[in-house]
Amino acid sequence: MRLATLDAAALAIGLTPGMTLADARAREPGLAVFEADPHADQDWLERLCDGCARYSPGVAIDPPHGLMLDISGCGHLWGGDEALAVAAVDRLERHGMRVRHAIAGTPEAAHALARFPSGPAPDEDAAVRRLPVEALRLEPESAQALRRAGLRTLGDLAARPASALAARFGEEAVDALHALLGLGHRPLSPRRPRPAIRVERRFAEPMGSTAHALKILEEMAAQAGERLAERAQGGRRFEALFFRSDGLAFPLRVETSLPVRDAPAIMRLFREKIDGLSDPLDPGFGFDMMRLTVAAADPLVPTQLALEGGEARKQESVAALVDRLSIRAGRAGVQRLVPRDSHIPEQAQLALPAIESRAPAIWTSRSEPGNPPLRPLHLFDPPQPIEVVALAPDGPPHRFRWRRTLHEVSRYEGPERIAPEWWLAKGGEIAGDSVGRTRDYYRVEDARGRRYWIFRHGIQGMEAAHPGWYMHGLFA
Amino acid sequence: MADSVHTLTALRRHIAMLDRKPASDGHVRFATGHEAMDRTLDGGLARGRVHELFGTSEEEGATSGFALLLARLASDDAPLLWLRTHAASRAGGVPYGPGLAAMGLDPTRLLIGIMADDTMLLRAAVEALRCPALGALVIELRGRAPLLDLTASRRMALAAEASGVTALLLRIGGDPVPSAAETRWRVEAAPSLPLPEDPSGRIPGMSAFALTLLRRRAGRDGLEWRLVWDSEKGGFEEIAGDRRHERDGDGRAAGGADPALSGALVSLPPDRPAAGHAA
Repeated sequence: MRLATLDAAALAIGLTPGMTLADARAREPGLAVFEADPHADQDWLERLCDGCARYSPGVAIDPPHGLMLDISGCGHLWGGDEALAVAAVDRLERHGMRVRHAIAGTPEAAHALARFPSGPAPDEDAAVRRLPVEALRLEPESAQALRRAGLRTLGDLAARPASALAARFGEEAVDALHALLGLGHRPLSPRRPRPAIRVERRFAEPMGSTAHALKILEEMAAQAGERLAERAQGGRRFEALFFRSDGLAFPLRVETSLPVRDAPAIMRLFREKIDGLSDPLDPGFGFDMMRLTVAAADPLVPTQLALEGGEARKQESVAALVDRLSIRAGRAGVQRLVPRDSHIPEQAQLALPAIESRAPAIWTSRSEPGNPPLRPLHLFDPPQPIEVVALAPDGPPHRFRWRRTLHEVSRYEGPERIAPEWWLAKGGEIAGDSVGRTRDYYRVEDARGRRYWIFRHGIQGMEAAHPGWYMHGLFA
Repeated sequence: MADSVHTLTALRRHIAMLDRKPASDGHVRFATGHEAMDRTLDGGLARGRVHELFGTSEEEGATSGFALLLARLASDDAPLLWLRTHAASRAGGVPYGPGLAAMGLDPTRLLIGIMADDTMLLRAAVEALRCPALGALVIELRGRAPLLDLTASRRMALAAEASGVTALLLRIGGDPVPSAAETRWRVEAAPSLPLPEDPSGRIPGMSAFALTLLRRRAGRDGLEWRLVWDSEKGGFEEIAGDRRHERDGDGRAAGGADPALSGALVSLPPDRPAAGHAA
């Protein structure tokens, strides 16, 4: 096993990359060794590269461990190129990186200047000319041969005729030299996120029929589906734009809870959307262009048809129903209940749009099986005020009036005291209305057998002189 | 005369053909757990049919709770969808996850669809009934719901039959109108049984319901039962000592308080004639 790379402290005691591990251990028994993982390094570099998109849109990876930023025209946003470089280096150092940087007119010069430290120079050209010949990135033997010939710096090389250099060391050496000196130019290939899939159709004649337009939209959806399949993705959000010849554009947006790339499924959603429009899709003088964009996509592996309608298919079809209903009734039209860690009853659950919540939540029941439930099936939010007659001011309810009907309490259980979230109180006050009051909950059954969940809001005499009563829920 | 008899037989045969009785009746029914009731219903309520549940607006907790419990029995482990309108979720409160979990119904399985109005609700209901992956569908309608006519319910019944999804039509504060429902029930809350650990009977026990079978296609109607939900077993049970057609068998509290209560009630005239019609 050999050392792949070393940190500054290790280099300082004389270890070098390529040394065998046994030798290195012999020289420094306390050596901390980690297995090299080039893939993880590459992933990390890509993440850093994406993070640097904040400085410039042209960011490229400079393998094996460099980043190249094209900052032409970006410096003024940071108060100068040098300030931008300082900000970028600071940010990378916060991630625990040791960074060396250089700014130069060409990517190659910057690459070389960052790797081969040289003393201060009057200008960039002088600095480049002072670089050692290793900066050319030639084969090690070639660099050694150059040194033997007495050519130590790029300035020495640049003074020689290029043809002699090309004859001895090959065309690449001359190319590299010219690139470093800013005579040739190699473009940077920046790392960019994959663009959204977009399918466009232009028509020679404006098209006057909506049915025909939808037919074409289906073809476009099929085309988008093919491109999604190439990326092993499925669309989560589709946007269709109908451009009318008089300049009006109709946008239609649909969203799905599971990624899809099946054209008929996409079209079903668009038809649903069109059915639900308050203004029908009016072609007017005709549509002259249509555009379908996949605004959001998620990984979707190629599916295999289940043999006999297995579990996966079942789920998919409920998801399709959720999509259709959500398009008709709005995003929050179909909801799913998600538990929340709070003991305040109305805050113990969230109703989230079913189209977005994916992972099934785990609900834990406070009631033991076989015992009557302690929480109602229906919750009123906000609670509804009721009039209550109790035999004692802090006692259980005797009868109450809700929705103009008098209910005689025949059985009750309680109180279950639920304190407000006092730890959220401002300024440390304990009994104040900033976080609410203590609630005493009673499970009551009236003479006809209807079961209710009611509470007294506040402790008699402490939090309120005359605490009010509220109806908070219905049991089955 | 003979002619008309002939026509009548032909028509009857035609109707029987249209009705399309399922060949095997066993697995298309789900048992409620209440033995006498299941026996009368030939093994339970039919899957893939529409069942109507009526309750006054005061009995809304019991009626919708009963609908949810029936939906759970009908659906095994498949997702449930509860369709309601914005107005309903304002008036009736929101389904509460911890309470559902306490009744033995997994809240993650429940989807709640909130529609703008009754028209949209009925359209969505037919759409949902066409989705065979759904376990059961609860459709909550409040008030008279004039849009729910014979055509609308027939459309739902056909969709339910084709997909096998059980539809529970929850009619809160509504009156029975002609419909294509398989069964029609009136649901009321019943006083719960005292808990074994509480002999004094001060504490409300497990949820109990009083059911009246108002109508049933091709079967007896006008029967009454009392059921109690057993969350441990995941089914209904008979209330011990209950006898059919006898509603005042349980506890003096109910009998004693009834007259006093009816006096104090805000009278609900539309309710009583309706019950009379149905009987």
